[in-house]
Parts: sequence; structure tokens; C-alpha cells
Amino acid sequence: MEAIAFVHEQFNTKKEFPSFKAGDNITVNYKIVEGAKERIQSFKGDVIKRQGQGGTQTFTVRKISDGVGVERLFPLYSPNIESIVVNKRGRVRRAKLYYQRERFGKSARIKEKKQATAK
Amino acid sequence: MKGIIGKKIGMTSVFESNGKQVSCTIIEAGPCVVTQKKTVETDGYEALQIAFGERKEKNTPKALLNHFAKAESAPKAVVKEIRNSSINKQVGESITVDIFSEGEKVNVIGTSKGKGFQGVVKRHGFGGVGEASHGQHDRQRAPGSIGGSSYPSRVFKGMRMAGRMGGDRVKVKALKVLKVYPEQNYILVSGSVPGHNGSIVLIQNNVG
Repeated sequence: MEAIAFVHEQFNTKKEFPSFKAGDNITVNYKIVEGAKERIQSFKGDVIKRQGQGGTQTFTVRKISDGVGVERLFPLYSPNIESIVVNKRGRVRRAKLYYQRERFGKSARIKEKKQATAK
Repeated sequence: MKGIIGKKIGMTSVFESNGKQVSCTIIEAGPCVVTQKKTVETDGYEALQIAFGERKEKNTPKALLNHFAKAESAPKAVVKEIRNSSINKQVGESITVDIFSEGEKVNVIGTSKGKGFQGVVKRHGFGGVGEASHGQHDRQRAPGSIGGSSYPSRVFKGMRMAGRMGGDRVKVKALKVLKVYPEQNYILVSGSVPGHNGSIVLIQNNVG
């Protein structure tokens, strides 16, 4: 096991991401290579799951695009992830939000978590 | 030919520089001690005998103990031969994982995981017989006919049937070396290698 952790430490670019979990609304800025050109594409949606551990962790982001549900899975330590921005923290009771797939419109909304603010 | 004995550590995946995620196997290879040099004059063929792994002295036969003593080495668990070795080392010297370099193609030999008694569908890739419906039953994973009745009136030798599967010597060819860590004795090869974690594998360079 130490060997696997060691290899990931050597390979993975040490990037700092904000902590986020299922229910949060995030924007993933993802590098896309088209031939010789490189551009950044952003994907904004709700995190419906975080999966795995160590260097092979992944997370799935779901959004509704033109009325159609779109899910995209990102490896957390992919060198193609430019940055991750957390837009909203969601209040959810589950770690995996698969029930979102059956919902749309008003019932698919995720309540925002009330943050404690220092006075 | 060059080779080294190693221990399969486990699988994971890493990102290449172009952002592509590739599956890989970590192997702890070497250091292997050269215990004997076989030559055409004395043995009839050229080979380098190498040994790897730890073994307690009390569990080692006297004959082997003295064989290792000739190479001034502690008793080792596995001894293998590399035919026509391109690496010229003297008895007692050790071979480390840095004989391989990044990007090189290697063959990995190991013993596959035992699968027990398996049917023909899993063991030989048969398709089974017939359909699920139209009155057929109990035939979905059956081997079908194994030969004619009046002629040849016997079953040919080597007919593929159900039986013990796995536990065989398997060679996986042309795996790419993704990374070598000489300090840790780790070598990363793309894809999978035969056997369970902790099993002994032989890594050779891929010739031709």
C-alpha cells in the first residue's frame, strides 16, 4: 500500500483544491486539447458523488443543459483540471445523490447550507 | 536477453504528461544476486543464474546454502536463469531495476491466479448452446457435441472441456515501462501482469 501511495506522490501534481462534497455547486475548469490548440472549458453543476481514495479519486458533476441532464466524471488529480471553484454549499443528507437523476425542475433543487458567519 | 525477478505489489493508475490516465502495475524488482554463470564449456549453454527474495537460513537446504555462500549472499527464496544474458556481471554482484529504462517494452512472466474447476464458457471462451427460449433449457453454458458417434467413435485428444483453470505460467508481452525508481526498487509497467499481489514475476526485455 505504501508503494501505491508513493507512486501517486511522485506522479500527481500537487494542486490545492477547495474542499467540496456531494451537494455542492462547483465549476470545474477543464483543459481541452484540440490538435495543437489548448483551451479551457468550464463545467458548472452539482456534485452528486465523490468516489475512491488516494490518487485515483473521482467526482461526478451533474447539470441540466437545455432540459437534458448531463453528468460528467472527473479524476480529481487529473493534470487537465485547471481549477475548481465552489459556488454554493448544499445541505444534503446523503453522500451519493443518485436520486437527483429522477428529479427535475423545482424538486431537483438543493438547499443552500447556512454558513455560520463571524460577527 | 536481460531480466530481473520481482514481486507484484499491486495495481493503480497514473496520469501521463498528456493528461491521459493509464492503468499500471507496481512491481518491486530486485536487487537480484548473481549466483552462478553457466557457460557452453561447462554446462552446454550460456545463462546467468539470479536469486531474489528472503529466506530463513533454517529453512534452506544445506546444498543451497553452500551454493549461495559461493556468491557470498544470504539465502534467497527464488532462483531463476536468464539465458544468453546481455548483462555481464560476475558471481556475487547484484542486478538492480535500473537495467530497464522508461519507455522500454518488457515481457512479464508469472503464475496466473487459480480459478478452480471451470466450465467451457469461462475456460475456453465457448458460446454455450442454443437460445434461452423456444423450449430449450439447461443448455446455456453446455459445451455441445464433443465428436461423432459412428465415426470416429471416440473423443479426440486435446478436446477442450471443463476442468482446472488458472495457476499456469503466463507471459504478458510488450508492456511499456512507465517509470523506474531505482532507490525503492520499484518498476511501473502499463497494464496488468499475471498472478495475485505478492506473487513472484520475472521481467524480461521484449525482443522482436
